[in-house]
Amino acid sequence: MSLLRLSNATLSFDERALWSGVDLEVQQGEFIALIGANGSGKSMLLKAILGTQHLTSGEISFAGKQSEIGYVPQHRNADSGLPLRVFDAVRFGLDGHKLGLPISSKELRSRVNAALAEVEASHLAQERVGDLSGGEMQRVRVAQAIVSKPKLILADEPLSALDLNHQQRVAELINKQRKALGSAVIFVTHDLNPIIDYVDRVIYLAQGKHSIGTTDEVMRSEVLSELYGAEIDVVRNQGRIVVLGAHDHQHHDQEEWV
Amino acid sequence: MDFSDIINFSDYDQLIPLVLNSLWAGALLALIGGLVGVFVMHRELSFAVHGISELSFAGAAVFLLFSLDVVFGAVFGSLLAAAIIAFLGDKARDRNSIVAVLMPFGLGLGILALALYPGRAANKFGLLTGQIVAVDDPKLGAMVVIALVVLLTLAVIWRPLTFASLDQEVARARGVNDRLLGIVFMMLLGLAVAGAVQIVGALLVLALLVTPAAAALRLTSSQLWVPVLSVTFALVSMVGGTLLALGGTLPISPYVTTISFLIYLAARLVAKVRNGA
Repeated sequence: MSLLRLSNATLSFDERALWSGVDLEVQQGEFIALIGANGSGKSMLLKAILGTQHLTSGEISFAGKQSEIGYVPQHRNADSGLPLRVFDAVRFGLDGHKLGLPISSKELRSRVNAALAEVEASHLAQERVGDLSGGEMQRVRVAQAIVSKPKLILADEPLSALDLNHQQRVAELINKQRKALGSAVIFVTHDLNPIIDYVDRVIYLAQGKHSIGTTDEVMRSEVLSELYGAEIDVVRNQGRIVVLGAHDHQHHDQEEWV
Repeated sequence: MDFSDIINFSDYDQLIPLVLNSLWAGALLALIGGLVGVFVMHRELSFAVHGISELSFAGAAVFLLFSLDVVFGAVFGSLLAAAIIAFLGDKARDRNSIVAVLMPFGLGLGILALALYPGRAANKFGLLTGQIVAVDDPKLGAMVVIALVVLLTLAVIWRPLTFASLDQEVARARGVNDRLLGIVFMMLLGLAVAGAVQIVGALLVLALLVTPAAAALRLTSSQLWVPVLSVTFALVSMVGGTLLALGGTLPISPYVTTISFLIYLAARLVAKVRNGA
């Protein structure tokens, strides 16, 4: 039985379909990249999987509870005065959804410390999240997502606003945890390259349409041209993929690394 | 007026038994005020506290005018205001404007009710600026009930409420019902404010529901020490203020608000020295 199943999933706003008829079965341990232009509904698809966004039609079923999904958000700078320490942020990833007082057992502390060690952030435990750099914050976010040993990790553009080094490091950490925990990963990104070596399948969303398949099946000029209804060139260069023209209707004279 | 109006301890041992009710009520209020205040700060609700307290005052004044129970009036006004703010003011921007609209309306309504009230003037201003010896047994009883409801509910929702207040996006993704928790918390806030209006008065509620927590947050980000310090500061302000007020002839509030303010200043100073600034 698959971990996550989307059947004919459709989401529309004011008659306009953001995406429609999405069929997908995600198996344990699978790494799926979710790609598309801004406004193509990537984040909405994640929210629908989390159950915080209702579908217009179709169905999504996840073989588990919402608390068995780990979530890595996009990087945002926390207010530097925010009274939340790294240790507590990670700890809330484990039991923050449960009622009661936040009394911490020895076992809880060791699990939180182990998660921090996994992302090489043990030394940050007592820092406030607002005092972290972008790369540190995203590593802490990964620890927060994996501390509950989730069956599924949803990452919503976790690499945006990071420099290339940190992009690779955070992507590597998520992939390492996927292997260690056997979790499936759905990874929203606008740049496939930092995760290209880990990806099993790609979901490409554009213009209300979508294409699902392996990287080689989806990231081709014909497929993307068909999705966008315009001439798109997919160029491969030393293991990287460059998409030319995909977003010309949005940003002129700009190439996008996809 | 001479200095003995402000502080005068000559009959102290005889005065204490007369105000035991006030001391107990004040201590309970400080306990819930210090704890609720932590979430007022986390959720940036300081301004809402002020708005709720004005409507609580209006409720108490209107009930007083119609010879109904003042405590119920205060609770009624505050819960109504808290509900309006909780349901309409989901976003900070909306919330601020709703509070700003409610506040003068509540104050005006309360002043109207007091103007029409035929009783003594001293009773009237108690609701705005606090009263020290007015805590009779039924009022203390009401305070105990309010404190129990607030403490027990807070104990149940503490962890997810903290998560949702400090890390909303991830909390929602993890299945925390932030909207529901926010509404429940606003009701607790309403109850705490209604209790505070009885004792420190509507205009000075912030000194117990915001200042102690704000001072605590200057000193630490620890999930344990923030509430512990906040309650301690609230207790020192409230009980200390009551004891000082006993000696003089002035109302209790200036003592409470002054101590609370001084603690906040000291906390800022300590934080500044510690950060080496």
